[in-house]
Amino acid sequence: MSPGRLLALAVLVALAAAPFVPMGGMRQYVLHVVIQIFIWSFIGQAWSLMGRFGLVSLGHGAFLGVGAYTTTLLWNFYGLTPWLGVVAAVLLAMLLAFVVAYPCSRFGITGHYFALVTLAVGEVIRLLLIAERDWTGGSLGVTLRAPGSDASLLAIQYADKRVFYYGGLALWLAGLWVWARVDRSMARSAMEAIGEDETAAASVGIHVTRFKLGITMLSAGLTAIGGVAYAQYIAYVNPETLAGIGVSLRIVFAVVLGGMYVLLGPTVGTALTIALSEYLRVVFGVKFIGMAETIYGLLLVIFIIFLPAGIYGSVAALLRRRRVPAAAPA
Amino acid sequence: MLTVTGLTKRFGGFTALNDVSFEVGEGEILGLIGPNGSGKTTAFNCISGALAPTAGSIRFLGKELAGVTPDVVCHRGLARTFQIPRPFRKLSILENVAVAAHYGTDRAGSEASARVRATKILEMVGLPADPAAPTTLLGAGGLKKLELARALATGPRLLLADESLGGLDPAEMATAADMLRRVRGELGVTIVWVEHIMATLTRVVDRVVVLDHGEKIAEGRPLDVAADPRVIEAYLGEPIVLT
Repeated sequence: MSPGRLLALAVLVALAAAPFVPMGGMRQYVLHVVIQIFIWSFIGQAWSLMGRFGLVSLGHGAFLGVGAYTTTLLWNFYGLTPWLGVVAAVLLAMLLAFVVAYPCSRFGITGHYFALVTLAVGEVIRLLLIAERDWTGGSLGVTLRAPGSDASLLAIQYADKRVFYYGGLALWLAGLWVWARVDRSMARSAMEAIGEDETAAASVGIHVTRFKLGITMLSAGLTAIGGVAYAQYIAYVNPETLAGIGVSLRIVFAVVLGGMYVLLGPTVGTALTIALSEYLRVVFGVKFIGMAETIYGLLLVIFIIFLPAGIYGSVAALLRRRRVPAAAPA
Repeated sequence: MLTVTGLTKRFGGFTALNDVSFEVGEGEILGLIGPNGSGKTTAFNCISGALAPTAGSIRFLGKELAGVTPDVVCHRGLARTFQIPRPFRKLSILENVAVAAHYGTDRAGSEASARVRATKILEMVGLPADPAAPTTLLGAGGLKKLELARALATGPRLLLADESLGGLDPAEMATAADMLRRVRGELGVTIVWVEHIMATLTRVVDRVVVLDHGEKIAEGRPLDVAADPRVIEAYLGEPIVLT
């Protein structure tokens, strides 16, 4: 077994055992933070599937919102289990992605213009959620209808955080698996080619529209799953936390910070941003409203200028460079 | 195998191509020549699907190509190179060719078989098939070869080579001309070669079509065409008449 695999296995074992390690009175809090890291990392991975090919979306909140509200409303109004609701959520998010991405691809809306279109879509979904208050509770949001007991598989609601911890872990691993699958496929080469030069890509037989739609719908579907997971965990949905510019930019920031071209980039970035925001929350409390956002924004600017490959991406590239001379003589 | 009839392309009020017709036979190397701005590249873009012609028909292997998208044109067995090489910089040399080998045909095999085919073609054009070698290793000549390799990887029956020798020194030009002959000889690919350097072209092609101001002004064997007064006039300019 290679050292890398051994390390990965050790990390997995540690993660699996973590909920049973004694942590004094901090266990609930630590679990809460780690669960959020799992879920938002998964969402970051979904975003980076598009972002790494130059399809920068500033409106992924739209897919989160569609996902989270679909399962929540189906459960609250019709009692449909989120296990089935998530299927509807994914299909709806993919439909929305299609409706947005098809005209963009067809009429050559790329780069900054594509980013602006997605930005608008994120806001439209947020405003729709606020406007349809009879259903969605407007800007106050909706609480998931509680099941009869403390632990309900049907409703995916559990008082014990450990259930969500393992669920989140599984989700995160699944996200890594999808990312690695895409990364190793020939489709990645095709997407890179499209991202660089659509005309040249088409000339070697690559169906540009099909690929762009495919990756966008995949990303949207996974993001919707992330939204459902978050809604089930928090048991409350709200247009500000699950749609619109704020959350959309937070996803982008985390991924850019960690590095969108490497497997663990979104995870590292998400862990850092969540740790940062928790730290700032503890330090500033409610004293300086907006301070956390200001520091976020400042860091984002610094990172885009000085570390465009992200923290993890830059470290990984550095390690690779140091390893190459050692391996070269063979 | 390729029949172009009455091909016309207008950009607003400007007529880039006017009623151009020619034919390409199986196994032939046809030179499409003309001075700058004569409509060569426009003709090329219409045939490869990058532009939709205003009028006229392009029949390839018995099927109409006018208005078909570039990826479908490629799947039907017609590949092109670009006048200025357009490599995919984020991909290695091998991946550039492998992606074309994988997606260039309708009957896509496994990804591994695409890499094997790409390796063979890279060997044929004389580029390293090391999967890690980046395109930044290549100079102007190397990029032209990569452009050719990528087009050939799609398994074409007919190759449209756009000014594939521009920017090369005479020695490189001679090698590249030999390469096109080998492409026809070894892979059985029919070639339409767009070029404005007539000297290199005449040694390789079977027949030439000459365009000037969007119209066909001559067609025939290279030496006959080179002696044609209309061609000489198009290349050297009209005689100045003093009054």
